[in-house]
Formats: sequence, C-alpha cells, structure tokens
Amino acid sequence: MLQGWFQIALTLCIIAAITPILGGYMARVYQGDRTVLDRLLNPVEGLLYRLTGIQTQEAMTGWQYARAILYSNLGMALLIFLIIANQGWLPFNPTGVGAPTWDTVLHTTISFITNTNQQHYSGETYLSYGSQLWGLGYPMFTSAATGLAVGIAFIRGLTGRPLGNFYVDLLRSITRILLPISLVGAIVFIAAGVPETLAGTVVIPTLEDPTVSQAIARGPVAHFEIIKQLGENGGGFFAINSAHPFENPSPFTNLLQIVGLMAIPTSLIYTYGIFANNRKQAWLIYGMVLVLYSAFILVVGIGEYQGNPAVNALLGGQVPNLEGKEVRFGWAQSALYAVSTTGTMTGAVNSLHDSFMPSGGFVTLSDMFLQIVWGGQGTGTAYLFAYLILAVFVTGLMVGRTPEFLGRKIEKREVVLASFLLLLVHPIAILIPGAITLAFPDQLGGISNPGFHGLAQVIYEYASAAANNGSGFEGLGDSQPSPFAIAAGATPTTTALWWNLSTCFSLLVGRYVPITALLLLADSMSRKQPVPLTTGTLRTDTGLFIGVTAGVILILGALTFFPILALGPIAEAFQIAKGIG
Amino acid sequence: MQTPNNAQGKPLRIPSGKRGDRRHTPKANLSGLYQRAVREAFLKLDPRNAVKNPVMFIVWVGTGVTALVTLDPNLFGTVQADAGQQRILNGLITIILFFTVVFANFAEAVAEGRGKAQADSLRSTRSEAIARKLLPDGTIQEISSTELRRGDQVKVIAGDMIPADGEVIKGVASVDESAITGESAPVLKQPGTDIASSVTGGTRILSDELILTITSDPGQGFIDRMIALVEGAERTKTPNEIALTVLLTVLTQVFLIVVATVSPLANYVQAPTTIAILISLLVALIPTTIGGLLSAIGIAGMDRVAQFNVIATSGRAVEACGDINTLVLDKTGTITLGNRLANEFIPVNGHSVEEVAQVALAASIFDETPEGKSIVQLAEQQHQAKTTFDPTQAEGVEFSARTRMSGTNLPGGQEVRKGAVDAVKGFVRSRSVSSGDSRGGTISAQLDAAYEKVSRLGGTPLAVCQDNEIYGVIYLKDIVKPGLRERFDQLRRMGVKTIMLTGDNRITASVIAKEAGVDDFIAEATPEDKIDVIRKEQAEGKLVAMTGDGTNDAPALAQANVGVAMNSGTQAAKEAANMVDLDSDPTKLIDLVTIGKQLLITRGALTTFSIANDIAKYFAIIPTIFAAAGIGSLNVMGLKSPQSAIISALIYNALIIPALIPLALKGVQFRPLTADQLLRRNMLIYGLGGVIAPFIAIKIIDVLIPLA
Repeated sequence: MLQGWFQIALTLCIIAAITPILGGYMARVYQGDRTVLDRLLNPVEGLLYRLTGIQTQEAMTGWQYARAILYSNLGMALLIFLIIANQGWLPFNPTGVGAPTWDTVLHTTISFITNTNQQHYSGETYLSYGSQLWGLGYPMFTSAATGLAVGIAFIRGLTGRPLGNFYVDLLRSITRILLPISLVGAIVFIAAGVPETLAGTVVIPTLEDPTVSQAIARGPVAHFEIIKQLGENGGGFFAINSAHPFENPSPFTNLLQIVGLMAIPTSLIYTYGIFANNRKQAWLIYGMVLVLYSAFILVVGIGEYQGNPAVNALLGGQVPNLEGKEVRFGWAQSALYAVSTTGTMTGAVNSLHDSFMPSGGFVTLSDMFLQIVWGGQGTGTAYLFAYLILAVFVTGLMVGRTPEFLGRKIEKREVVLASFLLLLVHPIAILIPGAITLAFPDQLGGISNPGFHGLAQVIYEYASAAANNGSGFEGLGDSQPSPFAIAAGATPTTTALWWNLSTCFSLLVGRYVPITALLLLADSMSRKQPVPLTTGTLRTDTGLFIGVTAGVILILGALTFFPILALGPIAEAFQIAKGIG
Repeated sequence: MQTPNNAQGKPLRIPSGKRGDRRHTPKANLSGLYQRAVREAFLKLDPRNAVKNPVMFIVWVGTGVTALVTLDPNLFGTVQADAGQQRILNGLITIILFFTVVFANFAEAVAEGRGKAQADSLRSTRSEAIARKLLPDGTIQEISSTELRRGDQVKVIAGDMIPADGEVIKGVASVDESAITGESAPVLKQPGTDIASSVTGGTRILSDELILTITSDPGQGFIDRMIALVEGAERTKTPNEIALTVLLTVLTQVFLIVVATVSPLANYVQAPTTIAILISLLVALIPTTIGGLLSAIGIAGMDRVAQFNVIATSGRAVEACGDINTLVLDKTGTITLGNRLANEFIPVNGHSVEEVAQVALAASIFDETPEGKSIVQLAEQQHQAKTTFDPTQAEGVEFSARTRMSGTNLPGGQEVRKGAVDAVKGFVRSRSVSSGDSRGGTISAQLDAAYEKVSRLGGTPLAVCQDNEIYGVIYLKDIVKPGLRERFDQLRRMGVKTIMLTGDNRITASVIAKEAGVDDFIAEATPEDKIDVIRKEQAEGKLVAMTGDGTNDAPALAQANVGVAMNSGTQAAKEAANMVDLDSDPTKLIDLVTIGKQLLITRGALTTFSIANDIAKYFAIIPTIFAAAGIGSLNVMGLKSPQSAIISALIYNALIIPALIPLALKGVQFRPLTADQLLRRNMLIYGLGGVIAPFIAIKIIDVLIPLA
C-alpha cells in the first residue's frame, strides 16, 4: 500500500517541479520575449504570416478573437469530416477500411475539433492510418493550441492587456510549445517501446494453438501518444486507449503520460502569476487546486485499495479492486491516472472507469462537473479565474465596496458572463440531454447496467462531452457498427445515432459557448479603468480569500450536481455497503 | 468683536451635540406601520407586481401548482401514495410557500412603510401655502404655492412660509430654517451673496420682506425628490443591485434545470417523487432569502440616509459612498471649528504680556463671540488680568465688516480696540472721532514679526491697541474638531484618503494638516484647484467625494463622484451635487461613507448567507425524498420522515425571511476595519453561520412539528 502512495507522491513532486520551468517558458512565449527556438522558427513563422496575410501586430477584441476561433475551427472541422468520410480511397489505408456512418464521422469530427476526443468508435477497425494521421493528428495540435490561446487571451485581458491575436497565439502555441515537446516526447516513447510504423496489422499464429492466427493492430502510435497527453486530447489510437500495451507499455510510460497531461494546465497557473506579477497569488491558487486534486486522489485511491466488499467477502480477505485495471499499473497508478485524466479534460484512460468503486465514479464525475481541478488546456485555467471573479463578487460586497478583481470592478456584464459560463452552461449541456436519455432508457440509452450505475454511465457520457474530456464510463450503446461490419450487412442503430447527435450538442455547447463568454469577459475586464489598491480593497492573494474561493467553487459548482451524485455513485456506494451489489 | 469667519467670509454654522440628538425633521410616525405592511404584503401578491422579482415569482408560481395538486394529487400523473395523505402534505406545502411569498412582500412593505413615514415627515415641512406672485406689471396676485413655476417672482413678508425653493433677489430678512435644519437660530438672507441668497421651501421668514425668484417647479424641489426616493416610487436599481439580481436569476435558472431534470433520473432508479416535492426542493434551493430581502435592503439604505438628514438624489450616489477612495475636505468648518480660540498674547513695543492681556480683556469685555470669550478666558486665567473699570459705564463697539475691529470705549474716554492687524494699524494713525485730533500712533517692525510668527503657526493674528499705542498681537488658533484624527485614522484603515483644501498659506496649512492627521493638503487653494485635484484623483481610477456650498464649488461638486452640498449653500451648488445635507455639516461626509459601505455589506452578507443555507437544505431534502434509492444515511440531521424533512426545510426557508428583516432594515453592523479583517469577520458570521445555522434550525423545527 505504501508503495502505491509513494508512486503517487513522487508523480506530484515531478509535476510541481516542472510547473515554474514550463510556466516561465510559456510566459516568455506569449509575452513575445526571446526564446531558444526563435532563430529556427522566426523565419518559418514569418513565411507563414506572409502567406496567410495575418497582421501579427493587430490585437483583437473579444468578439474578433472568438470569431477567429469559430471560423478557423469550422474550416478545420470541414477538412476532418471530408478526410474521414473519404478515407476509403484516400492514401495510407493498409487495412482497406471504408467510411464509417455519417453520424460517427460527424461526432468524431466535432469531438476532435473541440479537444474532447470522445470516441464512439475503435481506431483499429473504424479508421485508416491516414485518418488517424491527417484527420485526427492535426486537430490534436490545433484544438489544444486553440484552448491555450483562449487561456492566454483570458489571462491577458484579466491583467489589463489587449487580448492579442488569435492566429499568432495559435501558431506560437504549436511551434513553441506543443510541437517541440511532442517531438522529444515521441522519441522517448519510441525508446520506451511504443510502436511508430506505417506497416499494417501483423498476423501471427498463437502460441497455444498454431493453427489459430491472431491479428495484432499497430501503427504510427508514438507521435500520436505524446500529443494525446500533452494537448489534453485523450483520443486513443486503439480502442482501449492507454490501457493498450502499445500505447502505454510500462509504468515508466505511464508516469510520462501523467506528467504529460498535467504539465500544461498546472504550469499555466504559474504563467498567470508572471502576467499578473503576483506569483504569490498564483501559488496560492495552485495550492488550492492541488488540495482538491489530492483529496480526490485520496478518495479514489482508498476506494480502490480497499476493493469491493462483495468480492472481499468471497475471497475472505481484503484485496484491491483490480477489475478493469492493468496489473502492470495496479490500483495506485490507475487511481492517479483516472483522477488526472478527468480533472485535466484529457480523457485518456489506462483503466476502465466503469469498473471503479463508486467513489471513483463520484470523483471522476465531480472532476468533470467542476472543470477546474487543473481543467482543460487553457480553458481550465480561465475557468479557475472566472470562479475567482465570481467569488469576489459574492463575498466581495461584504467588505463594503463594489467588488473588484486585480483592480477592476466586477459589474453587471462580468457577472452575467461569469455566472452564465460557470453555472448555467454545464447543467444545460449535461442535465437536459441526460434527463431525456434516462426518460427513454431503452429507446435511446442502450444502457448495459440498470439502476444507479446506469444513471452514472449516462451522466458521465454527457459530462465528458460537455467538459470536453472525452473519457467514457462506457457500457452504452453509443457505437455504430464498424465500416467492416456494415460492409458485412450490419445496420446502424438508433441508440448510437442518438448518442452521436446528442453528445455533439453537449460537445459544441460545452466548448464554444464558454470560450466566447470567456473572451468577452476578458475583453470587458481589459477595458476597465483599474482602481488603485488600498487597505479597503479586498485582497485576492491571501490564503483567506483563496479558501473562500474554494468554498464558492464547492457550493456553487458542486451543489448543482448534488442530486445527480446522490442518485448515482452515492446511492451505489450505499447499495454496495449494504451488500446488495 | 467678531472675527471674519474664513478667507471667503462665509458664515458657518457648526451643529453641536451628538448627531442622534440633532435630527430635527419631524420624527417619522411609525405607528400602525406593521398593520399597514401586513395588508400591503397581501396586496403585493398581484401577479403584475410579483413578476418584478424573478426569484419570488418562481415561488409564487410554485404555490399555484402545489395548490392544484392539493385539489387533485393525481393531476400530473398518478401518485402511488394514499391520495388523502398526499393532499394533506401538498396542502401544507402550499400554505408554507404562500407565506414565503407573503413574508418577502412583508419585508418590502415594511421598508417602504418606513420610507413613506419618513417621506410624510418631510412632506409635512411643505404644506401648501399662499404665495404672493409678482406679476410683470408690479401687481401682486395671491395663488397657491403649488401653482408656482420656476422663474416666477414672489414676495414674502414676515410670518410667511416660503412657498418654494428660491433665490433672493431683493431685500434683507431673517429666516427660520429650523423646520429643515433643526437650527433654531434664524439665518440672515440677502441677495448677491453666495450663501445667504438661497431659501428653501417650507422655511419661515421672521422679519422684513424678500423678493424671490422660484428655482424649482412644484414636485421638483429637493425634498420632493427625496420623498419620491424614500417612498420607493422612483427607485431604480443601483448597479450593484442589478449585478446581484443577475446572479440570483442565473442561480434560479440553474436550480430550475436541476429540479426539472431530476424527475426522469429519479424514475430511472425507481425512486419516483411527486411534483409538489419537486417544487419544494426548487423553492428550498433558489435564493429566496436574499431574493425576498433585496429590495428591502435598498429601501432601508435610502431611509438611513434620510434619517441622517441628508437628501440623496439617487440610490446610486449612496452606494458610491461606499466605494469612495478620496475625500476632498475644506479646512474651515470641516476639519477645524469655524471659531478660532485665543492661544497666546505676543507683546510688542516693549509691553509685557500682562499688559497685553489687560488691554485685550478690556477690548473683549462686550464681545460675545466664541473668539471674544476665549480671549477673556485666556487673559483672566493665564495672566490674571482683571477688569479695572466699571463695565456699566463703558460702551462696547461692535464688529463691523467696514472697520474689521471691535472694542470698548472706557469710562475714562480711552478707546481700546482689537482686530485685523492692518485695520488696527490704520486705527492708531487715524483721527479720533471724539476729539477730532490725529492719534498719531506709530507702527513697529516688531508688530510685523509677531504677525508673521502667528501666521506661520497656522493661526490668525489680531492686534490690540489702546488709543494710539499697539500693545501686542493675540494669537487665535485654528482648533481641529475633536475626534477628527480618529475618524481619519479609521478612514485610512478603510482605504480612504483625505485631502484638505485651504486658502491658508503652505505653512499654516501644513500645521493644521499634521494636527488633523489628513493624508494630503492643498494650500492657497482656489476653487479651480478643487476641481483639478478631483480630476487628478479620478484619472488614477479613484472615486472622489467632496462637500461644497458656494457657487464656485458647483463645477467641482458636479465633477466629484459624490458631491454633498450644504443646505446653507447656493442653489447652484445644490443643483450640481448629488446629495444635500440639511444640517450643513461637512463632516457628515465621513458618515455617508459608512452608510454606503454598510449597505453593500448587508447585501453581500445576506447573499452569502442565503447561498450557504443550500447545503443544509440539500441534506434535509435529498436523502429523504430519494430514500427509495437507499441514500437514507445521508440524512445526517436524523429528520423524522420525508414529509417532516420537507416541511421543516420549507418552514425554515419561509421564517428566515421575517427573521432577517430587522437586519436588512438596520444594516449589518459596520466596523472600520481593513478589507481582510472585514472579510474574515463577515465570512465567519454569514458564511460559516449560513452553513451551520440551518442544520440546527431545521432539526429543531423537525422535532417541534407534530408530523409523522
């Protein structure tokens, strides 16, 4: 048991050590300071700007920034849709796979462009290498860079700077941050045993019975793997994602994967500290999130370590819950991975979340409801500060002044945007489709487990979509038959169609509405006349205030979902405790 | 003798005594307030009125729905449980929800009632009067004061009520303004001067007669505006109130979605519930406490300002007081007492201090002004000076603006005088009135040195002489108002900077500034400096408040974020300001900052309390209504039954509104602490208290109510 907790603690230490280094580097990148890669990349970027006619010096307003994101994302989405829909005759298709159903293509496109990577398909049998490489590989960079751009524009606005230029931020995010780290990371992954090949499936005779042959899927995995983690994408090359030995062969790669998915969202808080010239505040906020994160790991870890009482009773002793887990990772690495991947909106999995104890379901759901336990690429940090704004507004009146954050008054417009963004978008994108699905569980849901667990499965799917996480509790009839199966005569199902379309709604609402609101919020903050600090001003860089913020996040963010959690994982936990399960 | 009051020669009235004892607008009549409020609370159930408050309107609609399911529990689908029991439960829920709305209405009605009472007392100062309107041909027409229009000219004679706010254009008269200011001493009104030329409707002319130009249309005067504000008729929401309403509306929408979607979820896990219970859950979760009290808090804030004898032209101005970063204060009358007191005798021309004291005493024996009395006191107590003549045989010489001296003609024919140094210089060289001879006095350099010394110390020098001989200089010291230093310290702790403006020279100004403890000062200030300093502070993003009374203060009053005009000030100043202080007490600005802060704190505290309450309500309702889902162990309060849990939570939810009405009306207690200290304190009381209190209260209600 100690070994497990030690592994977890060590991982957290590595992440904390990286934070100031990467955070400082990102601040240099986005402040336009000189960085090591300038000599190499400046000419390349210059050429790209000239070719595309981007006016690099032009700062955008909130609306312009949001429009640039919407248009560019729409353009990229069209390209992805066309690539996957036409994969049958496009190159790099050694397995000769045809086009998936239109709803699968649509869902996959939207899922990848929104940095969610929710997968209602299995990579091995639904997509060609070409689709994985060109269709899904590039939005893994651009969607992550889009999120980073939003995060940095938000930080700029909050600290009173112009928001910047989306195209420049997008390009610099890729060339200075995502691409260089991915390049190094991919090589490390290859060295650690992750395949990178364009050769097709290997067919080998099995050891047990040489007359029976087994097809082993492989492909260009290593480069996919690093950006999957670093960009908080999470879409696996193979169906079972990072549980697959080719995606995540060893505890070392597992550590690398966790560090990869945590690196940017943790460091971005430090980047804020540099922009705001208030590292103390950044570390306090960092500490607050770290406490929440650690508490979540503890809850899941203890649950998994203690195992299922029903199984324990059967075995006559306490064993960790290993159902749905890879033994090479064990309970500790699986628990840490699950909390990290749902907290950061990565969505990669190294174990089946469906098989976790109810405490696991409780935490992974809470992670996605809150969206700030590090949070999505760029957007998570922005959410965090939006919560700070809301906390300032709710409690700031109590010091007898119009509430202000970083010297800027929080007025009607900011409250409209922040409260809408933080409080209303999620219930709309999760609870409404969730309730519809559960009202018609047989016609729409295709739920494998009845009762509390089934409820958790449904809500998890929508929460994952709305939070742009992408992981699945699974166990839902959300996949259409593969192109091979359809060629063999299988018919598409209504449940899969419903899931594909309804999650598209959650994906889009959960991505673009908050992004637009965040940018408008940043815009309106940046235009405010700053008010000088006095002793009458509520200081937002004290432990007291950060503690108050944690309370506001838990009460406002979590209370909304208390009934769901009560009827899902909590009820299930009581059920198991009573020994019914 | 009466020394000139300040550089501009403005008369200053310094109200004395505790502020509470000083209010003189007739005390608001609060009898029958609660009976009227109860009636109002029911009248406000009118849906056209109810819809204005989105949070309470949801409760209102919910009440209607639960009433329907009381009549027919199976209206929205068959309910498994026994229909009779359902009907009782639904009926109880309906009654509690109904009272929740009524309580919220009651809170608003009480606040409005108090405002109305305040308005009535203000209105009583302006009963209808007969006005003598001057027609262009010079004839007089008697009309009702309500028919007067801006620009009309009226004549008022001794004993008349002044019919409306106006400007004196002709005549000199004394006016009793006690109806408005509470000061019993009559005020001299005459045309041309900044201060003394404006009159307020409702005051009474005591002597002589005046010709006035009316400056406001009926219903447009300050008092009318204040009446409209405290009555709530013209209440527009302040920016902070609007932002808060947005948050409350969003929270309400969130919980609407939560409760609307929970039903299919509950059905899916075989823990179905009824529409009445879902509505109960909704009402418990939406922020009804702050939603029900929000308007009462705002009205009460205006009311508090009115009780302070300050007329605010908008609620926005009151709130802005809490945000003030900088106070711009005039030295004279605000920081120092208008009256200076004798501090020292400085002999010149070889005389001793005792001689100066003796002559000063002789010159001041008939002087009834505070300055004169202080000279007598200083001479008698510090220098054992005694009156060496029979006062009944002597003759006092009053101060006049022409001579700028006062004094005494002694029985022996000697003339003792004290006054402005150059006036006395002139006197000793002038021709005697009685003998006709030139006095032929001489002026020494010592006198000028003494004059400069006193100036440097921040005081006013008065020369004393007997006939042609100047004996010395009396050092009249500016006295900083007692307790101001502490007030400024408090303000500094609250993050408010104080800037003193004075016409004095730098040296004098710095002495006073140091003594009073202001943060900054502008010496030799002109009216233009006032507006410059405001602009400079505002350019740094600060909010500035100031007081003013003269016409040349008007631009600065308009520029300031909060401009408080003195009621004794000119019409122009009052028009430019967003508040008028009926007591003409410039220090009141400091209290206004407190009122503004208190208003914001009350609103924030009750919001925090309201939201924090949700935790307990969740723990009361969710485990019991979804007991079928096996989450009964979450019932940490150990409530008796689902019915009892819901009813207890709802009763708490309803009762907390009237329970908090006194707090909403009085405002949260304000202490001059730093923001961090205030946050810690209020977070403990209203945040933590808001989490814990309902757990205890709901449990107690659950034990008390006889419900299975």
